[in-house]
Amino acid sequence: MAPVHKSGPLLSVRDLVVEFPTRRGTLRALDKVSFDIAEGEVLGMVGESGAGKSLTGAAIIGLLEPPGRIAGGEILLRGERIDNLPREKMRRIRGRRIGMVFQDPLTSLNPLYTVAEQLIETIRTHMDVSEKEARKRAVALLDRVGIPAAARRIDDYPHHFSGGMRQRVVIALALAAEPELVIADEPTTALDVSVQAQIIDVLKEICAERGASVMLITHDMGVIAETADRVAVLYAGRLAEIGPVRDVIQAAEHPYTVGLMGSIPTLTQTAERLTQIPGSMPRLDAIQQGCAFNPRCTRAFDRCRVERPDLIARGEERQVACWLYDPAKEAQDV
Amino acid sequence: MSDVLLSVEGLTRRFDVSKPWLNRVIEREDRQFLTATADVSFEIRRGETFALVGESGSGKSTIAKMIVGLLEPSAGEIRFDGQKMDFASGAAMRALRRRFQMIFQDPFASLNPRWRVGDIIAEPIRTFGLLRGAAIGKEVGRLLDLVGLSARDTEKFPHEFSGGQRQRIAIARALSSKPEFIVCDEPTSALDVSVQAQILNLMRDLQDEFGLTYLLISHDLSVVRHMSTRIGVLYLGRLVEIADAKRLFVEPQHPYTRMLLDAVPDLALSGRRRTPVTGEIPNPITPPPGCTFHPRCPHVMDVCRKRTPASVGTASGQAACHLLTADGQNEARETTL
Ligand SMILES: Nc1ncnc2c1ncn2[C@@H]1O[C@H](COP(=O)(O)OP(=O)(O)OP(=O)(O)O)[C@@H](O)[C@H]1O
Ligand SMILES: Nc1ncnc2c1ncn2[C@@H]1O[C@H](COP(=O)(O)OP(=O)(O)O)[C@@H](O)[C@H]1O
Ligand code: SF4
Ligand code: SF4
Ligand SMILES: [Mg+2]
Ligand SMILES: [Mg+2]
Repeated sequence: MAPVHKSGPLLSVRDLVVEFPTRRGTLRALDKVSFDIAEGEVLGMVGESGAGKSLTGAAIIGLLEPPGRIAGGEILLRGERIDNLPREKMRRIRGRRIGMVFQDPLTSLNPLYTVAEQLIETIRTHMDVSEKEARKRAVALLDRVGIPAAARRIDDYPHHFSGGMRQRVVIALALAAEPELVIADEPTTALDVSVQAQIIDVLKEICAERGASVMLITHDMGVIAETADRVAVLYAGRLAEIGPVRDVIQAAEHPYTVGLMGSIPTLTQTAERLTQIPGSMPRLDAIQQGCAFNPRCTRAFDRCRVERPDLIARGEERQVACWLYDPAKEAQDV
Repeated sequence: MSDVLLSVEGLTRRFDVSKPWLNRVIEREDRQFLTATADVSFEIRRGETFALVGESGSGKSTIAKMIVGLLEPSAGEIRFDGQKMDFASGAAMRALRRRFQMIFQDPFASLNPRWRVGDIIAEPIRTFGLLRGAAIGKEVGRLLDLVGLSARDTEKFPHEFSGGQRQRIAIARALSSKPEFIVCDEPTSALDVSVQAQILNLMRDLQDEFGLTYLLISHDLSVVRHMSTRIGVLYLGRLVEIADAKRLFVEPQHPYTRMLLDAVPDLALSGRRRTPVTGEIPNPITPPPGCTFHPRCPHVMDVCRKRTPASVGTASGQAACHLLTADGQNEARETTL
């Protein structure tokens, strides 16, 4: 077990910059993203397609696809930098200390090996236990994630399982070495509606049981609302707002989050029209100077078009990257 | 003029999913059929938005394709404005075709990438000979304007547009033959929520302006709740419930509808109590006997495993469940005695 520092965050991402060199210049896909994940916490990460959610996850686990690279900032796991580790050291952190669950269960499972072989291999790579003990643990884990007749089904191949059952196997695999953090990237997007809720429940419960923190990446605000403690909203590779789920959902502060929340139809609302944000998120090569949201923002003023807002603290737990909350401006407005 | 614009009666579609003949002989297998749509009946009233919801494989797209004439039913009939759709008669189908259009889920696949936007939108106008010469260009410009694009976009190709803009082009094209009825198959599923809101609002505005009737197909209960007047719920090719949109979410009558509702994450943070959802959709080639939902149903009775429940009238529609049939109610009475 790694030493437990109750004081500091489990994961700390500081001013993370991810770039893709291309023939037509360098594209900046993540621009100074900063956030923490506390021990045992579920942090939701939302944003529209292309906002940079998956890249944030990939950068943390050291799996950026070249030529993508970390061009600035640092990532700390229990206070130690992991963004500059040699490949071999990072490989050992993956799986052992950080588990992963992706959208498509088949990307995490090898079709040529039985579920037992994959689970036992993962357990024995990271933990010093006998084959027999590893198998016992694997069966218990499968049982825990809700695979019926786990002791028998463990010797089946991944393609013998349904989509939902496969994702349960992937969750078992991600947790096999008792990691401290699980990064789940759209874990339910490929599944049927009635199966999504089951998978989210399993993921949440089992991580809570084992004290693992979760970074839950999704475009579905409903999933975040039910699962996460805090939520980070990404827009065009930048963090727009971060704070406790209830605050952000019920009283969003960043104009983008406000628009986003209003645009989601719900089962209870009665409004005839949905709130509409004009336009769409810019491509990476067309992000405006100043605040990235300024061309679509109804509240934009001169400063927004020139100067980029950093995260501004709003009380103890919230931060918003918007000039409307600049203490100097607020003082002036009053 | 009847209140009903489209009616569907006993609509059924089977697909032959057998292995090739030689494999069947060697492996001693019979032919296999998949029933994608089983005995589906409903009516859509003029000016309303009727929605079909269901999970993947429940038969939504199959129904949509049969209604617009892209797929022939194995059984059952479809009537549009009182007239039976006759797949055998090309001329009769052509006359009807102008009056309804379809919008698909994937705005990338549904627009011909080699055609300019102007030609894509003008195609139905030309096919049905609605306008000639310069009037076509003017009409295309007007349609682009209507959906929030600009007449300057006529010369561009689909790849120059974002997903939401492409869906606007698809809508402009659908409107160009001045249809009364539009089938929208997952029109916003490929879009982000903020873009989805733009498209849903646009669909609403166009409906108000032109008195359109929509068949909206979606797997998203919140979208359906927001957009429609009545909703049909599909499970494994069968319609299990139809109800007014407002009633369906307040008092679902069918156990599957209730399960679907319980699966929707609660954005309102109301802390509403829900029954955990269980099980997955079975293989549609070998559906369970009786009520196909019985392996997942918390209220299953003996009769459910034996007989397919017939549709029974409810307060605001109909539902096919033995909890509501005489058979089921007899059994329930016997077991409690
Ligand atoms: N190999 C690459 N080359 C250039 N740009 C890339 C590459 N991979 C990702 N990007 C860009 O980085 C941005 C963020 O990508 P990312 O995959 O993290 O988005 P996302 O929020 O996960 O979106 P989605 O919901 O579609 O998965 C996007 O604009 C994307 O186009
Ligand atoms: N051309 C086809 N051949 C064989 N099976 C098909 C075909 N089209 C659809 N199906 C099957 O019919 C069922 C319903 O399909 P579809 O209507 O496309 O579902 P959805 O509700 O996802 O739109 C599914 O099980 C699907 O696999
Ligand atoms: S900084 Fe300005 S443009 Fe950006 S969100 Fe705030 S008000 Fe709008
Ligand atoms: S018929 Fe029986 S199994 Fe089917 S939904 Fe009704 S109670 Fe459940
Ligand atoms: Mg992604
Ligand atoms: Mg479909």
